[in-house]
Amino acid sequence: MIVRFFAGKVSVKIKIAIICLIAQFFLVGIALSQPPTDSVIIDTLRTPPPDVTPVMVKSVVAKDNPNDDGRAVIISWDLSVDDHAGGKVTSYKIYRSEKRGGIFAEIGEAPSGSDQMMDNNVTRDEEYYYKVSAINELKEGGKTIWQVSSESDVVGPAKAVAQWFDTRRLNVFVGMIILCGLIIYYINQAKSGKKLFIRKISGLDAVDEAVGRATEMGKKIFFIPGISDVDNVQTIAGLTILGRVAQLAAEYETWIEVPVSRSLVMVTAKEIVKEAYSKAGRPDAFHEDQVHYLTDDQFGYAAGIDGMFVREKPATVFLLGNFYAESLILSETGNSIGAIQIAGTGQPSQLPFFVAACDYTLIGEELFAASAYLSREPKLLGSLKGQDIGKAIILAAILVGSLLETFNIFQLSKFFRVLE
Amino acid sequence: MKRDMLIYSAILIIALLLYFAVPKPIAFSPTVSYIVIVLIAVALIYIFIRTIQGKYVGRRIVFLFVGIAVVLPFFMTVTQPIRLSPEVKMVYDAIMKLKPGSKVLASFDYDPPSAPELQPMAETFFRLCIERDLKVIIMGLWPQGPQQAEMALRKTMTFPEAASKNYKYGVDYVNLGFQTGNEFVIQRMGSDFKSMFPNDYYGTPYDSLPLVRNVKNFSNIDYSFNLSAGYPGTVEWVQVAVDRYGLQMGTGNTAVQATSMYPYLRAGQLIGLLGGLNGAAEFEKACNKLGKGTKFMVSQSFSHVIVIAFIIIGNAAFFLGEKKKREKE
Amino acid sequence: MRREIPLIITAVVGIFFVLQYFIPHPPFNQLNGWFSDWFSIIGACAIWLGALNLIRISADKIYRRREDWGYAIIIIISFLLITIIGFWEGNAFRDSGTGFDWLYRFIYTPLSATMFALLAFFVASASYRAFRARNLEATLLLLAAFFVMLGRVPVGDALAGIFHVPESILPSSIATWIMNFINTAGQRAILIGIALGIVSTSLRIILGIERSYLGGE
Repeated sequence: MIVRFFAGKVSVKIKIAIICLIAQFFLVGIALSQPPTDSVIIDTLRTPPPDVTPVMVKSVVAKDNPNDDGRAVIISWDLSVDDHAGGKVTSYKIYRSEKRGGIFAEIGEAPSGSDQMMDNNVTRDEEYYYKVSAINELKEGGKTIWQVSSESDVVGPAKAVAQWFDTRRLNVFVGMIILCGLIIYYINQAKSGKKLFIRKISGLDAVDEAVGRATEMGKKIFFIPGISDVDNVQTIAGLTILGRVAQLAAEYETWIEVPVSRSLVMVTAKEIVKEAYSKAGRPDAFHEDQVHYLTDDQFGYAAGIDGMFVREKPATVFLLGNFYAESLILSETGNSIGAIQIAGTGQPSQLPFFVAACDYTLIGEELFAASAYLSREPKLLGSLKGQDIGKAIILAAILVGSLLETFNIFQLSKFFRVLE
Repeated sequence: MKRDMLIYSAILIIALLLYFAVPKPIAFSPTVSYIVIVLIAVALIYIFIRTIQGKYVGRRIVFLFVGIAVVLPFFMTVTQPIRLSPEVKMVYDAIMKLKPGSKVLASFDYDPPSAPELQPMAETFFRLCIERDLKVIIMGLWPQGPQQAEMALRKTMTFPEAASKNYKYGVDYVNLGFQTGNEFVIQRMGSDFKSMFPNDYYGTPYDSLPLVRNVKNFSNIDYSFNLSAGYPGTVEWVQVAVDRYGLQMGTGNTAVQATSMYPYLRAGQLIGLLGGLNGAAEFEKACNKLGKGTKFMVSQSFSHVIVIAFIIIGNAAFFLGEKKKREKE
Repeated sequence: MRREIPLIITAVVGIFFVLQYFIPHPPFNQLNGWFSDWFSIIGACAIWLGALNLIRISADKIYRRREDWGYAIIIIISFLLITIIGFWEGNAFRDSGTGFDWLYRFIYTPLSATMFALLAFFVASASYRAFRARNLEATLLLLAAFFVMLGRVPVGDALAGIFHVPESILPSSIATWIMNFINTAGQRAILIGIALGIVSTSLRIILGIERSYLGGE
């Protein structure tokens, strides 16, 4: 009959009106079939059992995440009373809108037991409103069978604001001011002519002897500035010693070769060696090929240098800079050819290898002190003194802190924590 | 140079001959394995006696024995009990504590040379993550890192329990690939992952990957696991991601640099450490997923015993030398 | 001016870099990113300096028939081979089954692994030579090495098990104790010294006191 009616001569307008009427009844029916609470059944594959709707969360707070560049808002809440082992909460969903009465979109989900979430996807200085929904859902084989939820009140507005100082780093700032202040103070003291003592560093005293030995034997000197780029302070510390070694080599008319693993180190080292030859009064003796690039690859570089060591048998090898696993490969090969070796690195894990295979090893900070030690320039020596006082303060803090915390008197270590 | 070339050619020919002459992998029976061990021990005792007699061994003999100690165990069928160390258990416990669906960031900061130590850790890590239904976000600060991760994943998928999980790319795991910039990459990831990885390893835009679409920075990561062979590596992750952004992190390191990770471990900045092949074998045991680490540990055990034996021989030589000096004086 | 301009750049960049650690507000929060981008760009361009230097020196060696010039031929062939194949295969050069992938897996990987594996031999020869009970300190070092080496492999505990050694003094327990306490204490002391050294050197560079890296005092 229905088919006959629609196929009949009734006007199109009446047909549309009847279809709209039927559709309206359907929609009203669906709306009326919603549960009377604030629960929403998202997946109607199966009707949820009675009394599964969780109690909504309370005390929702949305505030700016402190100490950042204004890119996050923290939303926190008190757990729903139904959030416990075997309770009615399986997760929380967080919704956000730009207006209190606007459309709220889901921005994230937190597992049950969580009482805060960070919204990282915000624009600086814009206002946002939030609400948190406690979810109870049943999943089987990755599919949602049913889901019910209860929403909190809307909170806001919350704004992500950029800060001008990261207060969590206040202790680092104070430490930096003290340390830099000490260094600058002692540099000034040294400039005013006060004599400063520096202890003997045998690895650096041996530089002259090592260069002299190569001269006596008529063999080459190899200088390896590590495998890091010029952005590493250890590489720079190594290169400062290269200047001194190259000058000595130029004076003694001994060939110094610097194979490097970074292009920028090559450019810098070339400049340093060239300058050292000029200072020694022998600029013509400098060859561009003395400083040359091998490869950026760690073990390719080690293989290349090992090959040169074995073929050319240098009398002296300097290994000064940042080294990793190649440290022993290089130093042990150097040892096998009978070269005198002076090594130094700031990598604690590589120091034992150098100690075992080399004649002299600059341990950590000795490498950084090399420039001051070799030049004896007061300003540089002053900075060493400042650094040492800084170390004494740290040592005192460690001792006092250990005692205080051992006897449970005061937790000094909290002043040294960077994280909140 | 000509002599070198001849030697290299001879080695190549011998290797080719062996490749064609030995079609199946050789495996010694336990009896043969124990006979080999006894023979090595007898040889070491002989060297010790010769040293006492004043005939010292050179470097090449030491190298020969280390070579034998490393290579022969590959053919042996010897098992050894493995004990769990607290630092390995910490990694395992941290992963086991994560709820299914938690997001784990895995940074692969190594290249093929360190793969024998780190690849077994990577494979066990993936097997555990798949078993626990964790979502893994892979990246690399070393150019070859993501490639190593791909290899580990391919290997992991050959295990039936992993293959049956239907672990999907983009939903369950992603490979963001390599980004140059060392610690600066970590620093910028602290505010925005996407700025460092606009596309993944295969060129898919970041926002098109359902797993990471809502991952903005470290605050969305539940745990991080780093496999490191040097710079940039664990130290940089600790200094930037852990110290500044509070990332929870465990690590696997080559044995060479594992020693320098202990200060971070003791200070609570690292939640667990797998050190070298031993760490890999222990991790396999903890996860109950025996693999390459456990197999290769036999070689490591042998080589350690050989080195200790040579240290004893070296000391015998040293004391004899001292004695002779005193006698002369 | 040849010295002054680099010194000014160093000082300005150094100070801004320190400040950005404490100030999260824009534009300081972007400085790190900018500088790292610049460094990456300069580094990427500078790679050509290195590569061309390598090729020039190798070519010169072949041309002048210097000692070991045969190795220079291998360098040039290897360099050209991997570069041409890499470029030829375009963006998909890393995909499985490509020529580049073949070179990576079957040439580069075993060669690099071989170099790293040399460590096993060198550790043995260095230990053989260095661990001698010369005096008290050297003897302590020797004992620590003995227990750590034995304790880090399962065979250590297995051997101790034969003699029914209590668990608290098994080699693995002793090794863990040495690593956790003695090693950590030493490492921390060295790390603190290194960190202070880095601060001091960096400050000298920022203040322009340390100039030797620019090629002169």
